[in-house]
Amino acid sequence: MAETPRSFQGIILALQSYWASKGCAVLQPYDMEVGAGTFHPATTLRALGSKAWAAAYVQPSRRPTDGRYGENPNRLQHYYQYQVIIKPSPPDLQALYLGSLEAIGIDASLHDIRFVEDDWESPTLGAWGLGWEVWCDGMEISQFTYFQQVGGHDCHPVSGELTYGLERLAMYVLNVDHVMDMPFNDPQSPIPLTYGDVFKQTEEEYARWNFDVADTETLLQHFKDAEAECARILDEPAVDPKTGKTILMAHPAYDQAIKASHVFNLLDARGVISVTERQAYIGRVRALTKACADAFVATPAGGAT
Amino acid sequence: MPDLLIELFSEEIPARMQGKASADLQKLVTDGLVEAGLTYASAAAFATPRRLALSVEGLTAASQAVREERKGPKVGAPEQAVAGFARGAGVEVSALDVRADKKGEVYFAVIERPGRPAAEIIAEVLDKTVRTFPWPKSMRWGAGSLKWVRPLHSIICLLSDEAGAEVVPVEIDGITAGAETQGHRFLSKGAIKVTGFEDYEAKLKQAHVYLRPEERAEMIWHDATNQAFAQGLEVVADPGLLAEVAGLVEWPVVLLGKIADDFLDLPPEVLQTSMKEHQKFFSVKDKTGRIVQFVTVANTETSDGGATILAGNQKVLFARLSDAKFFWENDLRVAKAGMEPWLESLGNVTFHNKLGTQKDRIERIVALARELATVVGADADEAAEAARVAKADLSSEMVYEFPELQGLMGRYYAANAGLSDAVAAAAEEHYSPLGPSDDVPTAPVSVAVALADKLDTLTGFWAIDEKPTGSKDPFALRRAALGVIRLILENGLTVPLSRIFVENSWAPELLSFFHDRLKVYLKDQGIRHDVIDACIAMPGNDDLTLLVKRAKALQATLETDDGENLIQGFKRANNILSQAEEKDGVSYEYGADPKFAEHDAERALFTALDEADRVIKPAMEAEDFGTAMAAMAELRGPIDAFFEGVQVNAENDIVRRNRLNLLSRIRSTCLAVADLTRING
Repeated sequence: MAETPRSFQGIILALQSYWASKGCAVLQPYDMEVGAGTFHPATTLRALGSKAWAAAYVQPSRRPTDGRYGENPNRLQHYYQYQVIIKPSPPDLQALYLGSLEAIGIDASLHDIRFVEDDWESPTLGAWGLGWEVWCDGMEISQFTYFQQVGGHDCHPVSGELTYGLERLAMYVLNVDHVMDMPFNDPQSPIPLTYGDVFKQTEEEYARWNFDVADTETLLQHFKDAEAECARILDEPAVDPKTGKTILMAHPAYDQAIKASHVFNLLDARGVISVTERQAYIGRVRALTKACADAFVATPAGGAT
Repeated sequence: MPDLLIELFSEEIPARMQGKASADLQKLVTDGLVEAGLTYASAAAFATPRRLALSVEGLTAASQAVREERKGPKVGAPEQAVAGFARGAGVEVSALDVRADKKGEVYFAVIERPGRPAAEIIAEVLDKTVRTFPWPKSMRWGAGSLKWVRPLHSIICLLSDEAGAEVVPVEIDGITAGAETQGHRFLSKGAIKVTGFEDYEAKLKQAHVYLRPEERAEMIWHDATNQAFAQGLEVVADPGLLAEVAGLVEWPVVLLGKIADDFLDLPPEVLQTSMKEHQKFFSVKDKTGRIVQFVTVANTETSDGGATILAGNQKVLFARLSDAKFFWENDLRVAKAGMEPWLESLGNVTFHNKLGTQKDRIERIVALARELATVVGADADEAAEAARVAKADLSSEMVYEFPELQGLMGRYYAANAGLSDAVAAAAEEHYSPLGPSDDVPTAPVSVAVALADKLDTLTGFWAIDEKPTGSKDPFALRRAALGVIRLILENGLTVPLSRIFVENSWAPELLSFFHDRLKVYLKDQGIRHDVIDACIAMPGNDDLTLLVKRAKALQATLETDDGENLIQGFKRANNILSQAEEKDGVSYEYGADPKFAEHDAERALFTALDEADRVIKPAMEAEDFGTAMAAMAELRGPIDAFFEGVQVNAENDIVRRNRLNLLSRIRSTCLAVADLTRING
């Protein structure tokens, strides 16, 4: 067994090299604000269509409503997810997953690892799947999902998706009680840094902005703009008049859907969305992701010939 | 006689689905085998988190050959008809027999179905079972199109007899049946080859898998209670949780852990709910009933005796209970200050878009509880206060986190707000009764709020025309009506429902909805439908207690010999009278006079009716239905004697009319008690 990681980044590096060794393309985080690793086009869009795919990546994720000014031991408005997606899902995906736990120092002969029913659904992505939350000694450390539908399209073949909540998992492995106390780099480093050294101040700053300062008028306008731009992009003719090539712009359109989704989360944190409006906003974001999914499956990466 | 073993080995099956899945597997396979002409001696099915298994013993080795003869058209019938007949029977036209019949020569088809070996039938039945299995939710995986609850990995399909075991050749979407399975995910390595059910169960046990769910449940319960007992403690029984936990493990290992002292002040229900919902822990209480420890059930044995697992679980519990404690302390601050912010915020919660907010609803319930207070013997102000705060806890943080604690938290918070015990109790009890076997509150304040709550729901939804239809009852209005019925009857209350429904256009319909629910409720208590109908037809039918009292007395009377025969006499009188009234075009309602009586039996009936009327009228006024009905049943003898000895349609018209008027007295006397025309038989 590999040496047990001693820091947050040690765990990330162990997961990266493990999944690289299993043949995943190790991608980089998507360069936009998203609520979860699933929003990365490497998952959402690549789960569609017939082409085989295998990728792993860290995705910084933002959930404005979860901000606690850096005081809560494990709640953060900005955190990291580790995401693995393999299409078609291999028959030994559970075994591969358990191997990744071993790689970060969770010894199955000492711990109680369980697959507990958890059906996944994302109303904004128009997606659902079946799977489990994985428990280690009673704590949820990952989500394990077989995608059945994304953007309103049936997944054929089915992708297997693994999501690790990195902070929580690392706190458990490293035996840390408060996220801000967790060693970010190796504690033996010349300049040892904790998670708090890196993120305590930003958690405070964003919590204040998310909850009280973000301008709701501006955000509402951003939402409308993203929605309109998404539709406009998809309405363009398939053939690019300049190059004469067929270029459907599924990804640029999907960027706008991601943007709208994040703006919606910010508006939610500002408390300006009522219960009834909430459903309507979710429906609008879903309409965008669905339109992007429709476009993607008509592209070569989406399996169109 | 061969035995059959089937195992469907998959990734983890949700615990809540396992019981039904094993029953479905047994039913689908055995039904399929029997339908195809096989028989068997016994069958049993089992489930673990990763497998469904079925054992069928004493199976016939092959189905019987079947010979069937079918009669067809006459010889000489159109060619198409003959061809159609042959096609339907599955034989060639040239193979049809011609036989003599009464009407001439007729075609006969002889259909021979040869017997088939069991293996062939099993393969078909299993294929169909897997492809059509009724999982509540199923999924595809990889590049395949087969659906199962989670990816299906392997299949055992084994027929065995004295000569040995043989794999039944089946292939379902690339999975070929064999004789091998896997043991425990972590405690066993490699494939296990089996030769039959006994061998399968024994080898699984060696490989750290207990096949039988009830065995796992028993082990868990036994170990848990033993470990607790050794510490002088007791495990809180929870059969639902036990079944669920038994579905999460193949190799149960019970671990007993401590709850940190910081949390022992939390209400026990909060500890119990938090541990159960989030962690699937059992609660363990001490002699005083305080919850002080927990039981968690691991799926594996470890070299450190579970120490790491227990420490991890304890850590997770600490975090969970820290949340619960945080909610509890925040809530207590609001409660002790009088709960006003909670009541205010209920104004932001929509109850139903046509019925306003929870706050609006509470105002209606307050008014109704005050009105009902006198009827149930509660203090009006106290009932109103109880109604005002009964739903305050819906705004609390604890109930937001654990909705199942609504009401119970209300009781704690009302008590902490310094309100009376009766008001605090009503916060919890006003939701009751929720079902047909739930306890019914008896404390007057609780009863007043419980009735007001349910009646507001019912009148509200009737007013906006959202009534239950068929199997659809999204607002649980049938349950609410049954709750009202049980509250009224079991507390013996006089609540005239019409006064609550007032003059609304929907009032008669809602009352008849109540009557329908009442019939269902009384039927379970053995009271006949027609008896209830006979009583519903009487005045005062919105007073359910009175209505039921009348129905019970009537049923008791009908169960006597006199009562039963009286009905016959009444019906005979009523029929003769109705026919005569129709024929003559008049109603014989008045003026029967004993002086025109010619016959002793006739005179005796006059006397008997006078006597009955003398008893029945005051008894009815006093709601003493027993006495009234006994007096009515007394009429049986005189009525029978009258019909025996007297011809109603006499020659003499005066005598005839007098006798018809006498029959009318029978009718009016009896109808004063209940509408006997509605009684069957």
